[in-house]
Amino acid sequence: MQTLDKDEAVEQATFDQRISDEQKIEPTDWMPDDYRKNLIRQMSQHAHSEVIGMQPEGNWITRAPTLRRKAVLLSKVQDEAGHGLYLYSATESLGITRSQMIDALQSGKAKYASIFNYPTLTWADIGAIGWLVDGAAIVNQITLQRTSYGPYARAMVRICKEESFHQRQGYEIMTVLAHGTQVQKQMAQDAMNRNWWPSLMMFGPHDSESAHSSRSMGWKIKRMSNDDLRQKFIDQTVPQIEALGLDMPDPLIKWNEERGHYDSGEINWEEFYQVINGAGPCNYQRIKHHKAAHSEGEWVREAVRSYRQKQQDKKTENAA
Amino acid sequence: MNNTIKSNEQSPLYRFVLGLADDSVVLSHRLSEWCSNAPYLEEDIALSNIALDYVGRARMFYQYAAEVEGKGRSEDDLAYLRSEREFTNLLIHELPKGDFGFTMVRQFLLDAFYNLYLTQLVDSKDETIAAIAAKAIKETRYHLKRSEPWIRQLSEGTEESRSRIVRALEELKDFVGEMFLMEEWETSLVEQGIAIDRAALQPDWDRYIQGFLGESGIEFGDAQLQIRGGRNGIHTEHLGHMLSEMQYLQRTHPGMEW
Repeated sequence: MQTLDKDEAVEQATFDQRISDEQKIEPTDWMPDDYRKNLIRQMSQHAHSEVIGMQPEGNWITRAPTLRRKAVLLSKVQDEAGHGLYLYSATESLGITRSQMIDALQSGKAKYASIFNYPTLTWADIGAIGWLVDGAAIVNQITLQRTSYGPYARAMVRICKEESFHQRQGYEIMTVLAHGTQVQKQMAQDAMNRNWWPSLMMFGPHDSESAHSSRSMGWKIKRMSNDDLRQKFIDQTVPQIEALGLDMPDPLIKWNEERGHYDSGEINWEEFYQVINGAGPCNYQRIKHHKAAHSEGEWVREAVRSYRQKQQDKKTENAA
Repeated sequence: MNNTIKSNEQSPLYRFVLGLADDSVVLSHRLSEWCSNAPYLEEDIALSNIALDYVGRARMFYQYAAEVEGKGRSEDDLAYLRSEREFTNLLIHELPKGDFGFTMVRQFLLDAFYNLYLTQLVDSKDETIAAIAAKAIKETRYHLKRSEPWIRQLSEGTEESRSRIVRALEELKDFVGEMFLMEEWETSLVEQGIAIDRAALQPDWDRYIQGFLGESGIEFGDAQLQIRGGRNGIHTEHLGHMLSEMQYLQRTHPGMEW
């Protein structure tokens, strides 16, 4: 027992040194259990967010207003599905299967970005999601390109490239609407107002309240604090709102010369925890939809398994 | 008898290209309905991708149809501002997506059809049509490569999957004949080397489909002309619902830029 502990202590010291030297941890490397668990939690949550996010955006694919918009939206949602797939695979490198992750999602054990528990009511929501939600995601994900786990960091490099395209297309939708008719302008204003606060909530609770933050920062899984990332997002987005000519979604937004940042109002944390804990407008619907699609597809997966087994049996028979 | 609204004023070339555009946009819509509903995440991606290929075709054909018509209409005017009686897609494209088996059987039947059709259409004397066909045939070959193993696996997988495939074939059988039905105005374009004689493709299509399904022990008879009307704007009841969804924004807020 003692030698095992000693080995582990050496492994731990090597791991700590590598983290401190900014080296990437790879799937076959030794890593502390908690580091592994923490990564599985964060990465699978990220994957689930991409997958659940297909629902609110998919909600407008069949109603996109032009063929070009339809093609772009289809392409975007397809990218998100690809991100989900890529992230599930990266997470599998930590010793969990995709079906275990899906079980955790469907049982409510694993979370996904709360923003997708809000409905996409109008076409402008598609613009607002691309612009604000993907915009907020990028702010977070850019820092994750330097996260300590190799497969996650590399996934982020690739995903960020596509996300920045998504954000631009969202902003372009908003630009057209904001410069359109009165009806369209109202549509844009309304969608921004509704999506603004949930977008700020995407960065998570205040640093002082965040359950996983300090440890994740220590492991360099997380590279910037929730509040710093949120401020960064606000600072980059306010000028964009001005450029669109829309009214600010928060009357307290104001440039603070001294801080060199925009001040803004406080998030409704009661709503934040309510949605995280399952009582948002679409929580039930999103999981119900996921379960229904998954269970409707069971006969297909069963057929594929059975076909493969039969092919396998044939091969064995022929070989015998 | 000619039932298409305003069809008398329309040139054969316009009607021909418009029909191909409508086929594409309608099928694309049905495929896109799978997004977030597929049995595997990989299939969400694949079906969206095929839907995208068909949106791409629709845009190219609509743009060309608009150009041929010469009335200053855009691709979106044609897709979003025509009613169900003005849509001229072949009916098989508009049937609701059904289960995954139905969607894949329809896709397989269509992929096999387009594989034959586009292979000839690339030689159209109309350069624009030939160019669109040249792009589309590459996609279709890939689509067929993907639908074949699906039909094989589902036909030979479980009893349930096999019975779903058989049921889908049964449901689709009345709609395949129309793929080979030539309209008079289309025949006139065949004579000019612009269009393809779809009727002449049928023996090859029958042989291929029957051969492929036969390997899995599933029988499928020769295509019979049963339900028809798509090219003349006589549709199933499903199309109107589809268009009311697809055209909703353009109809609710006319004349706006999006």
